[in-house]
Amino acid sequence: MKIQTNHKNLEARDLSIRYLLLRFPPRVVLFTKRTRAMSSEDTEKTTTSKKSAFDAETASLLVKELRGAFGSGKTRSYQWRVSQLNALMKLVVDREQEIVDALRNDLAKPPLETVAYEIAMLKNSCKVALKELKHWMIPEKVKTSIATFPSSAEIVSEPLGVVLVISAWNYPFLLSLDPVIGAIAAGNAVVLKPSEISPATSSLLAKLLGDYLDISCIRVVEGGVDETSALLQQKWDKIFYTGNGRVARVVMAAAAKHLTPVLLELGGKSPVVVDSNINLKVATRRLIAGKWGCNNGQACISPDYVITTKDCAPKLVDALKTELEKFYGKNPLESKDLSRIVNSNHFNRLTKLLDDDKVSGKIVYGGEKDESLLKISPTVLLDVPRDSLIMSEEIFGPLLPILTVDKVEESFDVINSGPKPLAAYIFTSNKKLKEQFVTNISAGGVVVNDTSLHLAVHSLPFGGVGESGVGAYHGKFSFDAFSHKKAVLYRSFFGDAAIRYPPYTNTKMRLLKALIGGGILGIIRALFGWS
Amino acid sequence: MDAAGWDVEETVRELRQYFKTGETKSVTWRKNQLTAVLDLVHEKEDAIFKALHQDLGKHHVEAYRDEVGGVVKSATKSLSCVEKWMTPKKTDIPLLFFPAKGEVLSEPLGVVLIFSSWNFPIMLTLDPLIGAISAGNVVVIKPSEQAPACSSFLANTIPQYLDSKAIKVIEGGTDICELLLRQKWDKIFFTGSPRVASVVMSAAARNLTPVTLELGGKCPAILDSLPNPSEFKFAVKRIVGGKWGPCSGQACIGVDYLLVEEKLSSSLIELLRKIIRIFYGQNPVESKVISRIINKHHFERLCNLLKDPLVEASIVHGGSVDEENLFIEPTILLDPPLDSLVMTEEIFGPLLPIITLNKIQESIGFINARPKPLAIYAFTKDETFKRKILSETSSGSVIFNDTLVQFLCDTLPFGGVGQSGFGRYHGKYSFDTFSHEKAVMHRKLFLEIEPRYPPWDKFKLEFIKLAYKLNYVGLLLHILGSKLGLKRYN
Repeated sequence: MKIQTNHKNLEARDLSIRYLLLRFPPRVVLFTKRTRAMSSEDTEKTTTSKKSAFDAETASLLVKELRGAFGSGKTRSYQWRVSQLNALMKLVVDREQEIVDALRNDLAKPPLETVAYEIAMLKNSCKVALKELKHWMIPEKVKTSIATFPSSAEIVSEPLGVVLVISAWNYPFLLSLDPVIGAIAAGNAVVLKPSEISPATSSLLAKLLGDYLDISCIRVVEGGVDETSALLQQKWDKIFYTGNGRVARVVMAAAAKHLTPVLLELGGKSPVVVDSNINLKVATRRLIAGKWGCNNGQACISPDYVITTKDCAPKLVDALKTELEKFYGKNPLESKDLSRIVNSNHFNRLTKLLDDDKVSGKIVYGGEKDESLLKISPTVLLDVPRDSLIMSEEIFGPLLPILTVDKVEESFDVINSGPKPLAAYIFTSNKKLKEQFVTNISAGGVVVNDTSLHLAVHSLPFGGVGESGVGAYHGKFSFDAFSHKKAVLYRSFFGDAAIRYPPYTNTKMRLLKALIGGGILGIIRALFGWS
Repeated sequence: MDAAGWDVEETVRELRQYFKTGETKSVTWRKNQLTAVLDLVHEKEDAIFKALHQDLGKHHVEAYRDEVGGVVKSATKSLSCVEKWMTPKKTDIPLLFFPAKGEVLSEPLGVVLIFSSWNFPIMLTLDPLIGAISAGNVVVIKPSEQAPACSSFLANTIPQYLDSKAIKVIEGGTDICELLLRQKWDKIFFTGSPRVASVVMSAAARNLTPVTLELGGKCPAILDSLPNPSEFKFAVKRIVGGKWGPCSGQACIGVDYLLVEEKLSSSLIELLRKIIRIFYGQNPVESKVISRIINKHHFERLCNLLKDPLVEASIVHGGSVDEENLFIEPTILLDPPLDSLVMTEEIFGPLLPIITLNKIQESIGFINARPKPLAIYAFTKDETFKRKILSETSSGSVIFNDTLVQFLCDTLPFGGVGQSGFGRYHGKYSFDTFSHEKAVMHRKLFLEIEPRYPPWDKFKLEFIKLAYKLNYVGLLLHILGSKLGLKRYN
């Protein structure tokens, strides 16, 4: 609401991006605090990069340079694309340890999570692109109708030009390079702006991309609000943004000035519906894997809250307790298998959600915090009211509220009354309920009887709808997201029809009219030379 | 204004309510509405012709060819395909996730807003509407106030034929547009100019509403030398048809300017004159087969383009204007200055600048020095040149040896790139434009892969690495090696 009123008076032309970014910063951009996990070397690096001011002028020069490189046509060739994808693959393989370390610095991310969700996913994306690229680049032949006979037609995928990728801090490696793979595969020049909230990864990306990739066409710009607003003032051919809805609005408004298409990967409160009469143990384990096993809840497709029936709720809570203890031990704050909260700002935000009067006393498991280590243990809340703070914003952390309903079908109304989430999950063995869920719940993606897995399937488009974003990527969808689909029609010189041209006579009209009765083909024949 | 404001808000609220009932999602509803569109254009054909004549002086044959016929074709196609389009697409899921099933489900976006434009007021309103209906959305249509007869025709007729609880027409000017843009939409489909598009998109940004922008640009026609005189004649005929045919040049895909080798220019101009005479007679204003300029504002804009003395000096044919009838004669300019308005702005009217080049290959550089157009038309038989045009220029579409016909080819996406817009429609693409492609994955609860879960150890790490490589043999060996891999629950 607040955002809307503020935007109301802003004209497209006097929209000050910088103002907006400052007014609605990406969560915590303004108060990024260093944590002790950061090494002094990293701090130093970021400070020096801050000093070398990256302003609109520098940004404009950068874009100009890349536009020149793109104009040379070198990024269009299959060879260039493959060489860059191979280089990226090599980067990921060679530097695995450094990547794991950077993520440990930024998020205390367990190495296995880094390897499984960031490195392996990336390798896989690279591999799919390398394997399929030739096939993707082939123009798609399409049938032509008799309307344009004689003719042939095809759809050619061409690169958009110079694109900007702004990524997020929660999967800073994957969410930076996965879109870059799409941009490269489609033959674009790219600028990547990693999140300053994960500084170790940001500076590692800047270093590694410079070392491995063709810097005449692929660049990294590090920085926060100033750098981002300088970048957003430029004309791009596509902006790919991963993050939150507030900044997404700023990005899209900036893009509007230059009519730049945007792809917005946001989040939302992704619900999990748990039906009764299911294998609760398996369901719980899959729920935990998606919630706490993915960066301790700091993932855009993390289960945000659970809806279950009043009968089922106690059983679910018991199962969660048992399985959580199996996974993370009796003292989860000490577990090496859980990421920490990214910074103190987020830590405070999450603490505030728990301190809300409406949910105090609802904690049935966990709730332990260690501010000095920025750790919050897996926390389950039962029967939270729907108007509580925790139910009105995306949690993006290790807290899991459970809502209870009398009948499982009521969950549909609960979900549909809120903004559309990025993902919706249901655990059930009831076939009818499954079908209803799939057709009636609008979300970026739906997974039945599991969580988060659809992210790893390249044949499925990954992206949101409504508040959870615009556009989709992964696999071929990434290639398409960074391509323009050019329609090409080949005609020859015969088959010209007088009826197409003036002077228009009654005879021509009569002929057209008569042919209406003969169906659409008749009309078209009349129009294009077969009359 | 306040009352009107309440009205718009209320309308959108009611539409959203109606969308929630799920009525518009059914195949039957979609098909009924598509049939109703067909009935509308069929039964109200004369009224459409009349309105188009009133607004633009469009000849009824032209009106049928460019507007009614197109709607009939689109609606018929959607009617026969909508069920097929709605069927979820199955996708392959890696064996690793067995047992699993993947599909992509197209679902309606919700409440969508269509801004149409005045040059093809019927086609550019009903064609996107057909897409929105096929995809199962509820719709608000805002026709252009610059074509008032068509706007009021649509506002009066659409409720008679279509489900008025789901499809509303709101008429009005800038005030109404502002009010509309203040609402939350699930999609905005805009046809018009880049300047307004930018305002629409910034408004859409407030609610993260996806937009499709159908804009225009200076669409060039490249005319290579064609040794066969009859082919040359066909080419020039098609260029004349592509320039003055659709609404007297007031078309987003109309030919804006012509690129030709210098040595060809005199024979080209002669042929152009001849064909113009055959098509539009000695006195085009009286021929009635060519549309007039939409309104005084645009008339003056176009006259202004000609007022530049250097441009005026470049007129080699036509140039007469009739203010009373808002008519401008088909006009040909030879090599007007490249920095004149006529060559820097989209013309959107019956003026055709011819730009001569030493070699036709230079046209690629010429086009690339300007914003990306919606279409490039190239008349050539040189295959190498064709390939060069395709790979070295960028535009919404490329048409070899004809003009405008891409609009009729449903299998090709219609839409721009860069300055000419983004997003695409026609045929299945219209359906997709108004749909969200929802990724759906079905899993079973019985088979469990243990290494997915913490506490993490080396075995699990190795397992995951192999799994991502889809190295099933490796996985099997790994599991057999330690016998910890799969547990069965049930």
